[in-house]
Amino acid sequence: MLEFRKDYFADERRDDLDVIGKGVQRQDMLGHVTGTTTFFDDHKMAGMGHLKVLRSPHHHARIRHIDVSQAERSPGVRRVIRGADVPRNLNTLLGLIGFGKDDEPSLATTKVRYRGEPIVAVVADSERLAHEALARVRVDYDPLPAVFDVEEALKPGAPTVNDVYPGNAFEYHDRFDHQRVRFGDVEAGFRSADHVLEQRYQMSPIEQAPTETNGSIAAPETNGRFVVYTPTQGLFFSLDTCAKILDVESNALHFVGGTAGGGFGGKVDSLTEPLAILGAMLTGRPVRYVLGREEEMQFGGPRSGERIVIKDGLMRDGRIVARKVTVWFDSGAYTRLTSYGAVKCAAHVPGPYTIPAVHGDFYCVFTNRTPATAMRGFGVTGVDFALECQMDKLAALAGMDPMEFRILNAYRDGDMKAHRREAKNTALVECVQVAAEKARWPIREEFRRASSRTGGGGERARIPPTPKDTSPPKRTAGGSTYTPSVAPPPASSWDRPAASPPATPFQERFAMPPPPPAPMPRPASSQPPAPPPPEPADRREPPPPAAPGPGTTRFSSVFGTRRR
Amino acid sequence: MKTPVQFRLNDQPVAVFVDGGDNLLTALRDGVGDVTPKFGCGQGACGACTVIVEGEPRLACITLAEACEGARVETLAGLRRGPDLHPLQSAFMEHFAAQCGFCTPGMIMAAKALLDRNPRPSREEVVEAIAGNICRCTGYEPIIEAILAAAASARRY
Repeated sequence: MLEFRKDYFADERRDDLDVIGKGVQRQDMLGHVTGTTTFFDDHKMAGMGHLKVLRSPHHHARIRHIDVSQAERSPGVRRVIRGADVPRNLNTLLGLIGFGKDDEPSLATTKVRYRGEPIVAVVADSERLAHEALARVRVDYDPLPAVFDVEEALKPGAPTVNDVYPGNAFEYHDRFDHQRVRFGDVEAGFRSADHVLEQRYQMSPIEQAPTETNGSIAAPETNGRFVVYTPTQGLFFSLDTCAKILDVESNALHFVGGTAGGGFGGKVDSLTEPLAILGAMLTGRPVRYVLGREEEMQFGGPRSGERIVIKDGLMRDGRIVARKVTVWFDSGAYTRLTSYGAVKCAAHVPGPYTIPAVHGDFYCVFTNRTPATAMRGFGVTGVDFALECQMDKLAALAGMDPMEFRILNAYRDGDMKAHRREAKNTALVECVQVAAEKARWPIREEFRRASSRTGGGGERARIPPTPKDTSPPKRTAGGSTYTPSVAPPPASSWDRPAASPPATPFQERFAMPPPPPAPMPRPASSQPPAPPPPEPADRREPPPPAAPGPGTTRFSSVFGTRRR
Repeated sequence: MKTPVQFRLNDQPVAVFVDGGDNLLTALRDGVGDVTPKFGCGQGACGACTVIVEGEPRLACITLAEACEGARVETLAGLRRGPDLHPLQSAFMEHFAAQCGFCTPGMIMAAKALLDRNPRPSREEVVEAIAGNICRCTGYEPIIEAILAAAASARRY
């Protein structure tokens, strides 16, 4: 079991920290109020080209022919860029750490899979001239049937959205079409319950809507490098993504960022940087590619719309004895980061409550919508909306006060969570107590006196007998109709043997070290139908806490460990 | 075909050549080089480009540049007097009224237009004055508090 100990940071800790309880000024505040903060678009360069993109008017269509001859002759045009000009015109963001398959082109060549998908880019002397040239591009489409509903997309015969995933579901560990959590016997729980409540919830996609739209400016530097002014929320993530797509060493790129006019998750996808740099490479000029507000909404990914079904078994005294959750994440046409959002969701269910039987299925589904991505707690916020609505309904069903009902079912220190991890430092009871106090919401004395530190453990620390699934997780076709241009990426980091070399040419070129063994629990999806093999000792043990040096591992909430 | 436009920007005369149909935001940012007004939507919806023209708050992205011939234009770049901050700038700092800072130039100019014509605004008048300026970070409360505080401190000057 991994622990997050202060010892890990002993060499970085200072003992003279005294800022708690004081107001501390932001270091960038003076720049903000005087207008001297430099956002990416505040860089002005002589001879700058402006890049604009032709986008699909169809939700799903085959591209028969693209004619750019008129556009190339349009006034002020420096370069027309097509998919064939992109060195590696297929990418998935988390491919950098071996999670998922390359599935999204920078510029579509044979098919468009959502309305707003980029097809042709033009670099011209002004934005207006670029728009005028785009109006002269001719594209012949064969419209294809589209699917917009997650459950429809998983039915047999549904249109294939993304050829890399023919079943319209992301493949976890290159094998499974969804994530699973199995803990105890929910069906027995439902049979023994006094009430069973099943409800469906639907979240809408939510746009981050930063006031500053996505964009970037790339310009040739000396020594063949390219400087990139960007508002990206992940500077090195974006740099490596661009190096991969453009097939250059990462030290050929010089990213300048750190100032974003709002992000909220919408600026991690490297939406504009690759084409801006490619434009600078192909024209030898500074190139600026800024999304308009409509493009920001249509091309920039929102948080996925989740469909959530929750079924609970409830006793008359208010205890929840079984919870079954199914969530379909609408990833849109490509993966971006929703695959990871579904993993977060699986790790979050059943919420901060101790329930003796939990059953969860979590799908990342492809539809012909705008690809969804990171947005403020994605994977958790949506399911929390559903879980907390459900808690209010259950409280009403039990005839209990909703605050007291949450304290009754709250997890406590020492409880076993559905993921077979002991609950530590829990604080839901105290949060509810403070919320009740602030809202002047009366709760009874026994609930005011409750504590997260007592009442947990014991029988609640037990891992209940868990029946094997009668239907094993569907093993996906593994991209049977799709031949990737490069070797498929290795399995996810926690599946990969620690000693195996990185598999893709990109990773070899960039000399990425293989990830260290990941001390995370094996995902529940790998348990049925066969019991998990005993884990090697080095997977279970936390890294030694003392004297961290170069090359030792640290905890990362994303991937278990990261290199120091 | 370029058209010359002359106006006074923060009390200084400026001249710039614009294309027909160019807006004031483009003229300021790309022509004059004053990048304090920001592009947020290009549709007059977000307020990030708010400047003051002839004493009135205007959305520079939907104001024709040529219509500003001879006008007095104020932007955030002209608010500070040497090392001294305008009371609005000090109040925004003290009240944590900015996070990412992108809406701040427009927000301060909308507030200045209000205080210039109404030095003692009510809370409702402050809310009304910034109703066209979107902030995605702060939740508006610190901004409202900062503008009210600036009005109070300016009275003491």
